[in-house]
Amino acid sequence: MYDLNTYLIISAALFSLGIFGVMTRRNAISILMGVELILNAANINFIAFSRFGGMNLDGHIFALFVIVLAAAEAAVALAIVINIYNNMNTINVDEASAMKE
Amino acid sequence: MVEFTFWFVVSLTLISAAIVVLSNQLIYSAMALLFTLFGVAGIYIFLWADFMAGVQILVYIGGILVLIIFGIMLTNRISSVRLSQTNMQQGIGGSVAIWLFLLISLVISKTSWFQVEAVEPVETVSGIGTLLLTKYLLPFEAISLLLLGALIGAALLSRKEN
Repeated sequence: MYDLNTYLIISAALFSLGIFGVMTRRNAISILMGVELILNAANINFIAFSRFGGMNLDGHIFALFVIVLAAAEAAVALAIVINIYNNMNTINVDEASAMKE
Repeated sequence: MVEFTFWFVVSLTLISAAIVVLSNQLIYSAMALLFTLFGVAGIYIFLWADFMAGVQILVYIGGILVLIIFGIMLTNRISSVRLSQTNMQQGIGGSVAIWLFLLISLVISKTSWFQVEAVEPVETVSGIGTLLLTKYLLPFEAISLLLLGALIGAALLSRKEN
């Protein structure tokens, strides 16, 4: 219905918003949300190329692996964030920048 | 009608993604992320990826988003303080993001992508299942080990020290 470029532009917009979030947010969990946006943009690209590039389902498998990695990353990152909060009482990344207490 | 639905889904995705990165309230960001993920699932459906749309909703919204909201609840005193957050260096970040978007758009429009005419599949689930257990068997097993490692690591990291 729509061509490949439409989906690629949508994905590029989502990616840029994610980059903006990662660069400007101070709260560690907000940065994580920006990373999720970036991963979603990558997934849209994978599936769009799979749909228009004649790669059958291989792109879907890659997107599936990206989703699994995102789940693992979110679990570990939130565990680390909670630890940082318990130790330093803040999760703003510019305040919690000391390498040791 | 289909066209209207498509652009509705796309605008839902992008507008709520903008709210995710711009909102001052942390919990509003998380709620906007929910709509973004729903919108991305809708885009998957427009790309004939029915199984991936289901996985997106199950894993992202049912798993990762709940985890993120848990993280917000655990790292903020929600009863006493407003869940506010501030952005830093918005000017630099915004201009870098806009230039990045323009650059990527330029590259996308200048490139002549290899494209083939495809027929719409009836369903993708059986194909994905076959690929996972034949061509991608080793990555599939490796990623299950990675998930196990991440699970143990997260549990180990977040427990109380005794």
